[in-house]
Amino acid sequence: MIHIHDLSKTYSGVTVLNIEELHIPKGESFGLVGNNGAGKTTLFSALLDLIQPTTGYIQNGESKVNESEAWKSHTASFIDESFLIGYLTAEEYFYFIGELRGQNKADVDALLSGFSDFFNDEILGKRKYLRDLSKGNQKKVGIVATLIGNPDVIILDEPFANLDPTTQIRLKGIIKKLVTDRDITVLVSSHDLIHVTEVCERIVVLEKGSVVKDIKTSEATLKELEAYFSKEEPVVE
Amino acid sequence: MIKHFINLEWKSFFRSAAFQTNLVLKIFMALGALYFIGIFTLAGVGAYFGLEKAGYEPLQTLNRFMIYYVILDLIIKYLLQKMPVVNIKPLLLLPFNKSKIVDFALGKTMLSFFNIVHAFFFIPFSIVLLGQGYDPLHVITWHLGMMALIYVNNFINVFLNDAMALVAGLGSVILGLGALQYYGIFDVTPYVAPFFQGLYDTLWMFAIPVIAAIALYKVAHSYFLKRLYLDAGLAVKAQKASTENLDWLNRFGKTATFLKNDIKLIKRNKRSKTTVIVSVLFLFYGLLFFTGAIEVYDTPFFKIFAGIFVTGGFLFSFGQFVPSWDSSYYPLMMTQNIKYQEYLKSKWMLVVLATAVSTVLGLGYLYFGWEAYAAVLVGGIYNMGVNGHVVLLGGAYIKTPIDLTSNKKAFGDSSAFNVKTLLITIPKLLLPIALYAIGHFTLGPVFGYALVALAGVAGFAFRDFMFKKIEGVYKAEKYKTIAAYKQKN
Repeated sequence: MIHIHDLSKTYSGVTVLNIEELHIPKGESFGLVGNNGAGKTTLFSALLDLIQPTTGYIQNGESKVNESEAWKSHTASFIDESFLIGYLTAEEYFYFIGELRGQNKADVDALLSGFSDFFNDEILGKRKYLRDLSKGNQKKVGIVATLIGNPDVIILDEPFANLDPTTQIRLKGIIKKLVTDRDITVLVSSHDLIHVTEVCERIVVLEKGSVVKDIKTSEATLKELEAYFSKEEPVVE
Repeated sequence: MIKHFINLEWKSFFRSAAFQTNLVLKIFMALGALYFIGIFTLAGVGAYFGLEKAGYEPLQTLNRFMIYYVILDLIIKYLLQKMPVVNIKPLLLLPFNKSKIVDFALGKTMLSFFNIVHAFFFIPFSIVLLGQGYDPLHVITWHLGMMALIYVNNFINVFLNDAMALVAGLGSVILGLGALQYYGIFDVTPYVAPFFQGLYDTLWMFAIPVIAAIALYKVAHSYFLKRLYLDAGLAVKAQKASTENLDWLNRFGKTATFLKNDIKLIKRNKRSKTTVIVSVLFLFYGLLFFTGAIEVYDTPFFKIFAGIFVTGGFLFSFGQFVPSWDSSYYPLMMTQNIKYQEYLKSKWMLVVLATAVSTVLGLGYLYFGWEAYAAVLVGGIYNMGVNGHVVLLGGAYIKTPIDLTSNKKAFGDSSAFNVKTLLITIPKLLLPIALYAIGHFTLGPVFGYALVALAGVAGFAFRDFMFKKIEGVYKAEKYKTIAAYKQKN
């Protein structure tokens, strides 16, 4: 589904991303972990053609993301609050995204009805603009909006951050279901090793822009990741 | 401590996105500032001799009309002067004295161009007064009194952040008084002139505005000091949301999705609302030209100029900042299933609709003869056909992120309409004037109007071609634009 080839991004001489080859097949749940500055958001931004790679290309579906806009019709994403329109209410925002993705109000309503637990009665019908919602509720809106219009690829940057424990657990359920039931390719980045290992079939560790680990998730994965990240602590002599 | 503040300001100014990407605009603004300084200086010197030549006593006459000057200054300050945006929140936790933070924010307003520019009027005028043998001590107290009044306005303006209604009221009062005086029905000046004259005649009177300015400073200071809390003066006000159904717009097809959004954008955000109000004021701009109120404006070329402005209020104040209006969610727009053409077309449609409405409302100018309305009409056609595209094109290069909400109260960036907007419109006015001039000097005014209108119609004919070009520019600028919008000021 997604193919990354010889991708690099350099900001005034400093390489922040450098991936030779990465292939993400359809229906895979793909987890991206790495410390701050490892290049997770840079990679997602490049995937969405929001930044221009210095070298290489990313192919999403049939075409390269910077050459054709065809990928936009089957890709949904939520990176940060700049993916929300602050002056709309949650409903209006969902309908707006729906219209862009060829869904009418009834379609959107049908989808939303499945998320009343997730929204915990704090989002729909609240007469509040998105800009006035709390960070966590904004995130919920952004995540659910990516499900509108049956996308094939969903990209979520740190979806677990800012969410309350109940919602984190629910979100894990939602992501797992997307992959098993509907064969959707889900790309998730996180700082929470437990969550990613639970949700993702495959985990890639980035460090200073390069892939340092590419693991098929198993029982041992969490231990392996914890060992990897703890060794980076400065050794006290 | 002040050193730290100045250091912060210096950095925020020179490191802002606008400064780094828009050098040309900065040069334009500097030229504009020089122009206003020049005008004010000339006015300061010229006012004396002009009034004297016309047979008036200069100082008394000036004092008579000072009330208009002072109130207009307040209105202009409200509309144009931006409140200082010191990044207050992070400072609150640092070992800064709160009182100093407020002092600095208020002090910054005092150094604003909108205050300093008046010195360029009053200083030359006062010097001429001295040269003409007026009593030096009295001239100096009068001068201090006047400058103090300007600062009284400055501090009033600090409070007036959400007071569009009040300011509009003040504006209509002043317009009304002006009209009453013009038609000789009622003259307010004899009642207020003694005060301004008193600043000269009575030595101690200058203390009144000076004390008022100092008192207002104190009030403003304690007002903000008390509200320097996250849940008070720095709180973000939550609005009760209204949902609305704009389905009737669906007849516009795909572009309707965006049109509906744009209408909500305009209605629900403070900044865009102010923009629309300003664009309505543009409608009245033509009065200056067609009534012959100002002599230099009473030429055919300026009538075209007026036509462009009267109908182009929305185009200039809103259209200018496409796509910056969407800056806070630009990445969303760029990753959604959106065709650039449709997005641009909806913005274009909005601008054209608003221009058409202005052109119809401009029918009032028929009162000044068919030629006046002809200028408005061809101005409208030109705006729709040509300038509608030009602003969209220009917008691709204005990479200033817009903070739509800006409801941070007095310390927020409140005034939507700024000098930049005005200055960048100048090039869009020269072409139609040139076209008109060509027509005017060859076959007469009607041909001149026809040429301008023709250019507008030609713009419509090449619409799809223009959109292709604009789309290309937007695509080429995409990454730079996203990066610039990320930088929030």
